Amino acid sequence: MIVVRVLGHGQFRLGDADLAVVEAADDAVEAAIAAADERAFRAALGGLIETIQRVGDPVPDDEFVASDLIVPDRDITLAEARTLENGEGEGLIPG
Amino acid sequence: MSFFSRLKLIFQAKANKALDAAEDPNEMLDLSFEKQTELLTKVRRGVADVATSKKRLELQAAKLEQSIEKLDGQARAALQAGREDLARTALERKAGVQAQLESITTQKDQLQVEQDKLVAAEQKLTAKIEAFRVRKETIKAQYTAAEAQTKIGEAFSGISEDMADVGMAMDRAESKVQTMQARAGAIDELLESGALDDLTVSGDVVDRELAAISSKSAVDADLERLKAQLGSGSAPAGEISDGTP
Repeated sequence: MIVVRVLGHGQFRLGDADLAVVEAADDAVEAAIAAADERAFRAALGGLIETIQRVGDPVPDDEFVASDLIVPDRDITLAEARTLENGEGEGLIPG
Repeated sequence: MSFFSRLKLIFQAKANKALDAAEDPNEMLDLSFEKQTELLTKVRRGVADVATSKKRLELQAAKLEQSIEKLDGQARAALQAGREDLARTALERKAGVQAQLESITTQKDQLQVEQDKLVAAEQKLTAKIEAFRVRKETIKAQYTAAEAQTKIGEAFSGISEDMADVGMAMDRAESKVQTMQARAGAIDELLESGALDDLTVSGDVVDRELAAISSKSAVDADLERLKAQLGSGSAPAGEISDGTP
């Protein structure tokens, strides 16, 4: 069981079976980043977010738990995603 | 999930930094609560800022639309006066204004998206802060200092993420507002410089000539409009023959 945060959409609990589905969606995101394909990236990220929201259980507001994974909102650009991957992501988080 | 573990690390580092800075766990809870409330105030201000900027764009869009109508009318007047050169100038200006209007409309839509997001973030954060306040008091009341440590750690890393999440939404909204303001400033200058003004009032000979013609033909045009309205405008079907096959 893991907790995933989708930025702007809150946290979701995923069981092992859900995780397999989500990981498949995530592979598409990784592939699009590797291929530097902006359109594919957006579609894949949107798909990943939808999958998480569909299969996951929303964490209630009165529960405080750190996430195991954090997924950006769908309006992130490929360039921003790459910045994150290259380890220069501090700029995205406000001081 | 290499990409998403990276984001997670960034968030964690941020929470840890704040944790390390605090000496007394209970004090940290209060401090965190204070910061959450500050953030909420900022988010509310952010929502208001975005709304103000959107309003500014709406006002500009209305001005540009007027300008387009005006230029279109002038082009028609110029053509009727046999001045194709003038008509062309008017239409060229109109095309420029139209492009500005399209860009403004796109930005307005973007701001609407940001506004919706911030409003959602504000609601979520409000609920989280209230829950945190309750949790904080429970922790203080029920646990010894040693036991509280873990509970506090959990609550803290959870809320830190929420705050970082909202903070990111704020940053994005702010940067959109800034981009928009720079552009809106340029359009304001354009509007003030008179580049989008009525061709007929800018004063050169041709314009004055056209002004004279257009004021005369304006009456004719109005007359035509009235005739058309009386003839077909009030018909409920709306599609009275207009001469097209």
